[in-house]
Amino acid sequence: MPWLAPLQIPTMLDLRQYESLGAALGDALDRFAGEVCLIEADRDRENHRLTYRQFREQALPVAAALERRGFGAGNRAAILMSNQSKWLVSAYAALYRGGVVVPLDYKLTAPEQAELLRHSRAEALFIEYPIWRALHQGSGFAGVEPGAIFVTEAPPGADLGGARRWEDSPAGVEAHFVARRRQDWAGIVYSSGTGGRPKGCILTHENYLEQCRSLTDWYPFRPGVRYLSILPTNHAIDFMVGFIGPFVCGATVVHLRTLRPEYIRDAFPRYRITYASVVPLLLKNVERSLRARFAELPPARRRMLDFLIGLNRALTQGRPRPRLSRLLLPQIHRSFGGHLLALIVGGAFTEPATLQFFYDLGIPVANGYGLTEASTAITVNDLRPFRADTVGKPLPGVEIRIADPEPGGIGEVMARGKTVMAGYLDDPELTAETIVDGWLRTGDLGWLDPQGHLHLVGRKKNMIVTEGGKNVYPEDIERAFEDLPAKEFCVFAANYLWPRHELGGETLVIIVRPEPGAANLDGLRKEIADRNRRLADFKRVSGVLAWEPEFPRTASLKIKRPELARQIAQRAGRDAVIAL
Amino acid sequence: MRRTQFFGYNVTTPMPSRSLDEITAEILDLAARQFRVPRAELSAGDDFFKKLGIDSLQALDLLTRLEQHFHIELPDYELQGVSDFRTLAERIQARVE
Repeated sequence: MPWLAPLQIPTMLDLRQYESLGAALGDALDRFAGEVCLIEADRDRENHRLTYRQFREQALPVAAALERRGFGAGNRAAILMSNQSKWLVSAYAALYRGGVVVPLDYKLTAPEQAELLRHSRAEALFIEYPIWRALHQGSGFAGVEPGAIFVTEAPPGADLGGARRWEDSPAGVEAHFVARRRQDWAGIVYSSGTGGRPKGCILTHENYLEQCRSLTDWYPFRPGVRYLSILPTNHAIDFMVGFIGPFVCGATVVHLRTLRPEYIRDAFPRYRITYASVVPLLLKNVERSLRARFAELPPARRRMLDFLIGLNRALTQGRPRPRLSRLLLPQIHRSFGGHLLALIVGGAFTEPATLQFFYDLGIPVANGYGLTEASTAITVNDLRPFRADTVGKPLPGVEIRIADPEPGGIGEVMARGKTVMAGYLDDPELTAETIVDGWLRTGDLGWLDPQGHLHLVGRKKNMIVTEGGKNVYPEDIERAFEDLPAKEFCVFAANYLWPRHELGGETLVIIVRPEPGAANLDGLRKEIADRNRRLADFKRVSGVLAWEPEFPRTASLKIKRPELARQIAQRAGRDAVIAL
Repeated sequence: MRRTQFFGYNVTTPMPSRSLDEITAEILDLAARQFRVPRAELSAGDDFFKKLGIDSLQALDLLTRLEQHFHIELPDYELQGVSDFRTLAERIQARVE
C-alpha cells in the first residue's frame, strides 16, 4: 500500500565524504531546506525563525559582500557578538568564501578584544552594535579596515565611521564558493584569551569534521531535535554542539538574546528543548532550586517523590529511559518542557553528586572532558551505563594514554587523534611543548579504569578553571599587582603548590616577599585587597603567603615557577596562607 | 515612562525623574532585601558580587528585579563589565529617562 510508505526523514550527512566545513554545511542547507534551523527569541518574544533555505538566503549576500572586499581562501573573519542567528550566518558566509573563522568572546573587555583581534590579524569582523561602540570609543579595531567591519543591529542614523551595516549586504549579487581541503585551517579559537600570551588554537576542517562525526555517533541529532544554545558560540562546545552538529543533522538551534534564569527556564517548555549545554555553575543553581522545592513538600508527598526517584534510578541503571522517567516523574519533566533527552555539561569540573541528582530524576547529564586544543571533547560519558564518577570514555577516533604513571596509575593525560589541533597561532615554541610526537599534553592529571573510563584528579598546569568554565592563568593575574609595594611577588594556583587529588574549589594564591623592614603584613594585605577588587570576581586571589627567600630566576630574570613552587611546598602548607 | 495596561490599552505615564543618588539608594534597598544582607553594610561604590555574595547568575536575577522595579528593560550587555552599584545606577538612569 504505497500511501502508507514510511515518512522520509532525511538522514544526517555522511561527513567522511566532505573536504571542508563549508562544503558539508552547504549540503546540509540543501538537504534540510524546509526544516527550521534557527529560532531566535528575546525574553518572552520570538524574534524570528529561519529554515535552512532562508539561512542560505541570508548568508549568500554576506558572502558576496566579503567576496567584493577580496576576502577568500585562508582569510580570517572574526566574530564578536552574543549568541544569535547572525553569528551562525556570518560564520557560514566566511566559510563559504574559504575563510577562517575567529570566534571571539563577547564578554571580554574592549582592550582584551582588541588584543585578540590584533593577534589574530583578522581581515574582516562581524560585530554587534553595543560591542562595536565600546571598541570604537576605546582601543579600536587593530587594522581591520572599516569597510570590512559588518555591524549588526545598528540603530537607524548611527554613524558607523565607515563600517558597514550587516543587514545592508546586497541581495542578488552572486557569491562564489571557495573549496578548501581537510588540512586547511577552519578556525582560530582562543583558549584563555585574557591577554598575556594569547593561545589561538588552529583547528582544521578535518579537526571539526572528525569531531562532529564522533560526537554525533554517540549523540545523534535529527530534524525535530531542538538544541538550546546558552553557552557562547565562540566557545568550543557551543560551536560544535550548537552549530555544526545540529546543522549537519537538520536539527534546530534556539538562541535566547536575554540570558536570565527565568527566560532560560521558560524556553524549555516553550520550545520543547531536546538538548542544552550548560556550565557546572548553572547546573548547581538548578539543583539548588529543585532541592528547595522538594524540601517544601508535605512529608507524605516527599516520601512518594523519593520513592519514585529511587525507582527511576533502579530502572535506569543500564541506560536512560526517557519515556519511563517522564511517566514516573511527570511534574519535574514538564518543568523541563517534557522533551529533554539530556543536558550536556563541560568546561569545568562537575561534582558527581550533581550528575547523579539529575540522572536519578531522568535527566541525564552527559559529562565530558575536553580542551580547545582537541577541538571540543576528548572523552564523553556514553550513558551506557551512566557513571557519575568519571568524565567518560575516549570518543571514537581518540586515543588516550597516561604519561609516566605513578604506582596508583595517575599521570598526565595525553590524547592523540584527528581532532588534535594543528598548533598555536604564531607560537611554534608553545606548540612544540604542547604536542609531542603527535600526542597532546593536556596538563591534566588522571587515570584510566578497567572499563576504559577516564578519571580526572587534578591539574599539572599552573592554572585554575572556575565553575563558570573560565580558564584563569596566574601569570595574567600578576599584571593587576604590578605596582605592589613589595620586593617580589608571584601568583600560583593553590593546587599547583599543594596538589590534592580532587578537582573543584580551585583558588589562586599570591606569594609575596615584603620589603625588608616592612612593619607588618596588614598594610601589604590591604594593598593586595585593593588591587584584587579591581579584578573581575573570578580572577581574584583568595589568599596571601609571606615568603622570605629570594625567588629563583633565570638568566633573563623570569621567575622559575616550578622551582619556586617546589621550595614553597617544602616549607609551607595551605594553612600558612592568610585569607584575603 | 511607565507602561501599564488600562482596559486593554497600553498607556504610558511619565515616571517622576530621579537623581542618580535616589536610584542608587533604591538599588541598594532592593539588593539588601533580595539577598538578605543588612542595608547598612551596602554603599554605592561596593562590588555587588562580593558584598552580596552572589555569582553571575544571581546578578542577572537582580537585574530582572530592578527592571520590574524601574519599569524598564535592561539588555544583558548593559551589565558587561559592571560590578559596582553606582555604575549600575548610571545604566538604569539612562534608561529611565
